[in-house]
Amino acid sequence: MLEVRNLKVSYGQIEALHGVSISVEEGKIVTLIGANGAGKTTLLRALSGLIPVEAGEVELHGERITKEKPHKRVARGLAHVPEGRMVFANLSIAENLEMGAYLRKDKTAIAEDLDFVYELFPRLKERISQLAGTLSGGEQQMLAIGRALLSKPQCLMLDEPSLGIAPILTRNIFDQIVEINKQRGLTILLVEQNVNLALEISSYGYVIETGNLLFDGPAEELRKDPRVLEAYMGG
Amino acid sequence: MRWISEHSRTTLLIGLALAGLLQLISGNLDVYYLNIGLMAAIHVALAVSLNLVNGYTGQFSLGHAGFMAVGAYTAASLTTILPEALPAIAGLKGFSLQLWFVFSTLVGGGAAALCGFLVGMPSLRLRGDYLAIVTLGFGEIIRVFIQSSDTLGGARGLSGLPPLTSPFTCVSLAVISIYICGNLVKSTYGLGYLATRDDEIAAESVGVNTTRCKVNAFVVGAFIAGMAGSLYGHLLQYINPSQFGFLKSIEIVVLVILGGMGSTLGVSIAAVVMTFGLEQMRNLNEWRMVIYALLIIVFMIVRPQGVMGTLGVERSRTKSKRKAA
Repeated sequence: MLEVRNLKVSYGQIEALHGVSISVEEGKIVTLIGANGAGKTTLLRALSGLIPVEAGEVELHGERITKEKPHKRVARGLAHVPEGRMVFANLSIAENLEMGAYLRKDKTAIAEDLDFVYELFPRLKERISQLAGTLSGGEQQMLAIGRALLSKPQCLMLDEPSLGIAPILTRNIFDQIVEINKQRGLTILLVEQNVNLALEISSYGYVIETGNLLFDGPAEELRKDPRVLEAYMGG
Repeated sequence: MRWISEHSRTTLLIGLALAGLLQLISGNLDVYYLNIGLMAAIHVALAVSLNLVNGYTGQFSLGHAGFMAVGAYTAASLTTILPEALPAIAGLKGFSLQLWFVFSTLVGGGAAALCGFLVGMPSLRLRGDYLAIVTLGFGEIIRVFIQSSDTLGGARGLSGLPPLTSPFTCVSLAVISIYICGNLVKSTYGLGYLATRDDEIAAESVGVNTTRCKVNAFVVGAFIAGMAGSLYGHLLQYINPSQFGFLKSIEIVVLVILGGMGSTLGVSIAAVVMTFGLEQMRNLNEWRMVIYALLIIVFMIVRPQGVMGTLGVERSRTKSKRKAA
C-alpha cells in the first residue's frame, strides 16, 4: 500500500535520510525502530509532505505522491499523528475532532466515525467541550489519534504514541491501536521508542540508524534478533 | 442572550437597523460626538479585520494602515480626482452620488485586497517576526509611493474629498465586518484559521492548507481595511500619506491586543472605548500620549489576555453547538 524507494531528505546542508526504502503492506502494522536522531520522525514527515523530499519516490496505492502537498495526501487517505501530540490547544475536544474531518463532506459517515472514536476512547466523550490544552498527555494522544481517524485514512502513521505518557495509559493506547487495525482494517506505520511493545503488536519491522536502513524482518524475528536486543532492549 | 452572538443574522439585521436609525436622528446629534462615534465605528472595522489575521490566524501583520491607504486613495481617486476629468460623475447628486461613493469604497477595498494577495502570497510562508517585517515594509512602500506621486497629492496630501461618509455607511461597515469575521471563524472552514494559529504542523497533518488559510485571512482583512480607509478619508475630507504610517498600524495592533487576540467582541469594545477615551483626554495636551501609554502598560499587567480574553469566543462556540445538537 505504501512504497518508499530510496528516500533522501536534507535539513539545509545536512542529509538526514540517505536513501531509505520501506514497504508497508495493506492491513498490517509496521514498526520503525531506531535510536534518537535516527531519522524516524523525518521519514514520517517526509511521507506526509510536511518536509520536502530531495530524492526518491513515495507511492500510495501505486500512485506517486512524492511531490504532493500535505492536504492532498490527507485527502488520499494518508493520516499522520505528529510527534508530541500536536493537538489544537485552544480548541475543544469536539472541535479538534471536527478538524480531523476538515476535508470531508459526508456528514453521516463522519458521525459514525465520531462514534467509533468515542467508543475507542470513552474519556474523550466525557470531556467533549474541554479545551484540548487542558488534557493530560495520554488524553491528548488519544485525541490526536482520534482526530487522525476522522480524516478516514487508509494508512495511519503514528509518531511515538507513548512519548511522555504513563505506562498504564500506553498499554491502553496500544490496545486501541490494535483495535483500529482489526476493526477498520487500517494499515498502520508506527514509530516507537518502546521497541518491545511496538514489535509485540506489529507484524513487520524496520531498523533505522543515522539515516540508513540497517535491516528489517518480521516482528517475531526482530524480537529475538541479538542486534535488536542489544541495541534497543538493553541486552 | 445567545442570539446576540456576533455571527448571527439577527445581530446583523439589528446592527443595520441601528445604523439606519442613527442616520435618521444624526441631524439632532452633537456633531462633535457624532464624528467621534463615526471614527469609533471605522476603528471597529479596522480592529476586527486585523483581528482576523493577528488574532484568529495567529500571524503578525504590521501593515494594516498600508491597506487603509490603498483603499482611501483608490476611493478618493474615484470621487475626487476622476470627476475633474469626467463631468458626468461631477454632476452626480443625492442618492446616485452616495451609490457612486459606495462603489468607490468597494473598489478601494478590492484594490487593498489585491495588494493583500500580492503581499500575502510570497510572504505568508514566513512566520512571526519575519512576516511582521515584510508587512511593515509593505506599509512603508505604500506611504512612500503616495508621497512621491504628484497625481495623488504627494506629501501635501489630497484635500477636497466630498463629505460622503455618513453614519449609516460607518456603522454598517462595522456591523458587516463583525458579521463577516465572526462567520468566517465559526464555520468548519474557519476552524482551519484557529487550527493554523494553534499548531501549523498539526493543521497541515489533518489536511488544512495553511498557506491558503493565511492568504484568505489576509485578503479579507485587507479588503475591510481598504473600505475603512475610504470611509476614513471621506469623513476627514483630507488625506495625506503620514496618516497611514507605521503609527496608525501600531494603533490598530494595540486595539487588537487590548481587546484580546481572537475575540471579535473584545476588539470592538476596545476600539470604541479607545477612540472615545483618546478624544476625552484631548484637554490634557502633551500628557495625553503619556497617559495613553501608561494606561496600556497598566492594563496589560492587570489583564494580559485583553478585555474579553482570547478564549472567550471559542468556548461559547462549543456551548452553542452543543445546545443545537
